[in-house]
Amino acid sequence: MSPFELIAAYVSVFFMSWQPPWGRAGVAVSQATVRLSLAPNAAGPVVEEPALEKETRSKEDVDLPWQVVVHNDPVNLMTYVTMVFQRVFGYPREKAERHMLEVHHKGHSILWSGVRERAELYVQQLHGYLLLATLEKVN
Amino acid sequence: MEICRQKDELEISELDPFLAELLRQIPVSTNPEGAPTAEDRLFSPPAGTKEKEICAEWKLYVQPELRRLFRSATETVAADLEQLNGNEKPFANCTLRIPAKHADAWLNALNQARLVIVAKNNFTDGELCDHYRSPIGSRRDLSLFQVNFYGFLQEFILRELIGTRENPYD
Repeated sequence: MSPFELIAAYVSVFFMSWQPPWGRAGVAVSQATVRLSLAPNAAGPVVEEPALEKETRSKEDVDLPWQVVVHNDPVNLMTYVTMVFQRVFGYPREKAERHMLEVHHKGHSILWSGVRERAELYVQQLHGYLLLATLEKVN
Repeated sequence: MEICRQKDELEISELDPFLAELLRQIPVSTNPEGAPTAEDRLFSPPAGTKEKEICAEWKLYVQPELRRLFRSATETVAADLEQLNGNEKPFANCTLRIPAKHADAWLNALNQARLVIVAKNNFTDGELCDHYRSPIGSRRDLSLFQVNFYGFLQEFILRELIGTRENPYD
């Protein structure tokens, strides 16, 4: 084992046993920002101030729900649209009809809101039935 | 023309040559080629233009799936329509039997055809509400009749095979 490897092992043990108080509090600490000084004359490794990682997405972006919107279309039949809402969302007939009529009279209706993945799945199903549907971030 | 439910199939009997020909036209009518508006209607964007990432992923992963789904529905309908080609007398009325399990494929293919025809002809809302226009006149009148005839078939399939009430909006 070379001297370099011995030092690396020591550093590794040191790093594992030491944890800054803010790290324990749940704040992410980037290991990449902690640099160890391994100069030959140094008394021991010197730990520089750790830097906090910056979130790339804001809290708003993460928490923001998405909504599935169906838009009016003069071609699709009302009975057909009602059936599709019942099938895709499992809505009872009355609720499906209410949404269908909202699409017909107001030009669009919000059918569902929640996490993005599920909203995408619903929009995909609606497109499979040839309905005009989009997913949008909730304002 | 008469339509009735016979156990596990939908029977369209007394089909005159003109209506039989309109039915034969369903698979061809679903093809949006040469009409970007029709292609755009069948494969509409899943989100607003600001959501570029979602739209790009959609084009890459979802659109091919949708194409497969639409093609499969059209192929099922085309196979059912083969019954109309066995008639020895070209001008005699004929009968078409649609298996109940093909109902979804028929609804999908009829919808594709209606959307493509409407997009290709750029029909107005007013024209689409005119259910009594004669198909004899112009190519446009014939296309509008085709849209309404396919819509009528969709309504019937929905009522008979999916169990929709006759008028759910009373």
